[in-house]
Amino acid sequence: MPDLSPDAWIAIALSFKVAAMATLWGVPVSTVLALILARGRFPGKALFDGIIHLPLVLPPVVTGYVLLLLLGRKGPLGAFLDQHFGIVFAFRWTGAVVAAVVMSLPIIVRAIRLSIEAVDARLEQASGTLGAGPVSTFFLVTLPLSLPGVLVGATLGFAKALGEFGATITFVSNIPGETRTIASAIYTASQSPEGDGEALLLSVIAAGIGLAALIASEIIARWFRRTSS
Amino acid sequence: MIDVEIRQRIGDFQLDVGFSGHGGITALFGPSGSGKSSIIKVIAGLTRLRAGRVVLDGSVLAEGGGRHTPPHRRRIGVVFQEARLFPHLSVRNNLRYGRLFTPRGEGRIAEAPVIDTLGIGHLLDRHPATLSGGEQQRVAIGRALLASPRLLLMDEPLASLDTARRLEILPLIETLRDEFGIPIVYVSHAVEEVARLAAKVVVLEAGRVAREGAPADVFRVAADRFEVVSVVEGRLGKPNDAFQLTPVETPAGIVWLTGIIRPEGRTAHVLVRAIDVALATRRPESVSIRTVLAGTIAGVPEGPGPSVTIDVTLDGGGRLAASLTRASVAELELMPGRRVFALVKSVALDERPV
Repeated sequence: MPDLSPDAWIAIALSFKVAAMATLWGVPVSTVLALILARGRFPGKALFDGIIHLPLVLPPVVTGYVLLLLLGRKGPLGAFLDQHFGIVFAFRWTGAVVAAVVMSLPIIVRAIRLSIEAVDARLEQASGTLGAGPVSTFFLVTLPLSLPGVLVGATLGFAKALGEFGATITFVSNIPGETRTIASAIYTASQSPEGDGEALLLSVIAAGIGLAALIASEIIARWFRRTSS
Repeated sequence: MIDVEIRQRIGDFQLDVGFSGHGGITALFGPSGSGKSSIIKVIAGLTRLRAGRVVLDGSVLAEGGGRHTPPHRRRIGVVFQEARLFPHLSVRNNLRYGRLFTPRGEGRIAEAPVIDTLGIGHLLDRHPATLSGGEQQRVAIGRALLASPRLLLMDEPLASLDTARRLEILPLIETLRDEFGIPIVYVSHAVEEVARLAAKVVVLEAGRVAREGAPADVFRVAADRFEVVSVVEGRLGKPNDAFQLTPVETPAGIVWLTGIIRPEGRTAHVLVRAIDVALATRRPESVSIRTVLAGTIAGVPEGPGPSVTIDVTLDGGGRLAASLTRASVAELELMPGRRVFALVKSVALDERPV
């Protein structure tokens, strides 16, 4: 059983950091998007829904390339952020977070949206007649009641972010210590003749983490089903 | 005081109503599909008003084609048919929910008396899912009340409950009406509830106001369409504990209710079905019927059928309908202006819903 190299350990740690940050940013953003999709009625909703889900069906390389075009140093958004706020995403671990957020968004939005749609809108009406405005109603009624979906979405999103590869490597490349996540490390190891052992070990670890997240989300969902009935 | 005028289509249904309520309970009465719940939704602001207006205590809440105060700024409480309690909050937090949004200085309804009146003190730490239907509805009423609304809308609050639960809640609504002084618009299709609670009844048919007025007038006129029911008003007297009877004192005589009903001195409405009334031309003796009301025949309608519904003006002004056979009418020579004594079986006088 081959030992993991220090570089591999760094890749694992970085993956967790990126995935954690991606979840932290992705869940609030997804919640807002899910709310709009679940309760909003506006023209172009199907298109809006489609754009959010696009990363799910596009080759991840394409998503990464779009991010690079938009958020790269010379991209319209990237240049603006760089000049006015000094924020740079390209070839930084923060860029890996952005890629992970975009890629995990459809999964998180979907889980939260289903949960919000399951909340009885008549409870929200009741909240209104008791004097609560839309924002208060969301935080006091809708969000607590869709919490299982938010937690399930967060776990799945975390797992997805942890394994993200295509968009990440296209957008922020594969720089050891900065943007080399588990997936990139596996790819790198598999490309060198003596890297097979490490690639396999990292793969097993990645699979283990993913499976753990899936089981966790199922346990959360089951626990909520039990306490709410 | 509430002023409502609605002239618009809601779904495939044309609403064309106008009415006002002045304190106490205003009942919207009619069969299902007559537009009662749609009106409640417009008043609460849950449905947008397109044509008409809703005015509460002088302030315009909604005006056709323009102003629309959103529900949370109207301060109008709603008790829905289903309790709609928040499942993730305890009963205590459900009750306190509205208070979070009550403007400072407007929270004139205190928690303790409401909890006390509704008898929900022992439920405060429970969650809604563990409550019975009746308990849930009591909490829902308390929750709406504790937001100190300017007007309370009750949309068939007893419809989803069985008779026993209804009997448990009906007197509570009466108490709320008398103690907390909040004007109430009460929707129902049950004659008994409306007659008992309301100061004014607005009868709806297919989206229009068919009749409006005091329960006693409205339901007598309604005789052809609904069951023939009269409402007799009186004051509750001192109950007879030994025989489990409570007198209702009216100018025409005493009406005996079965059961002990309090408090003494309260105004009570009693329902009398026309088929439970017999008429005598002299004050009867040696009969088992205890309730005898004196009055004068107001009208005997002509008609071909075997029976007829006779109008009696009770001494002191009430009205009572009596369903008799034409044979009896002829034999007793009943005609307008004739003095009669109405005999009512006391079992039919129970003030509770049938």
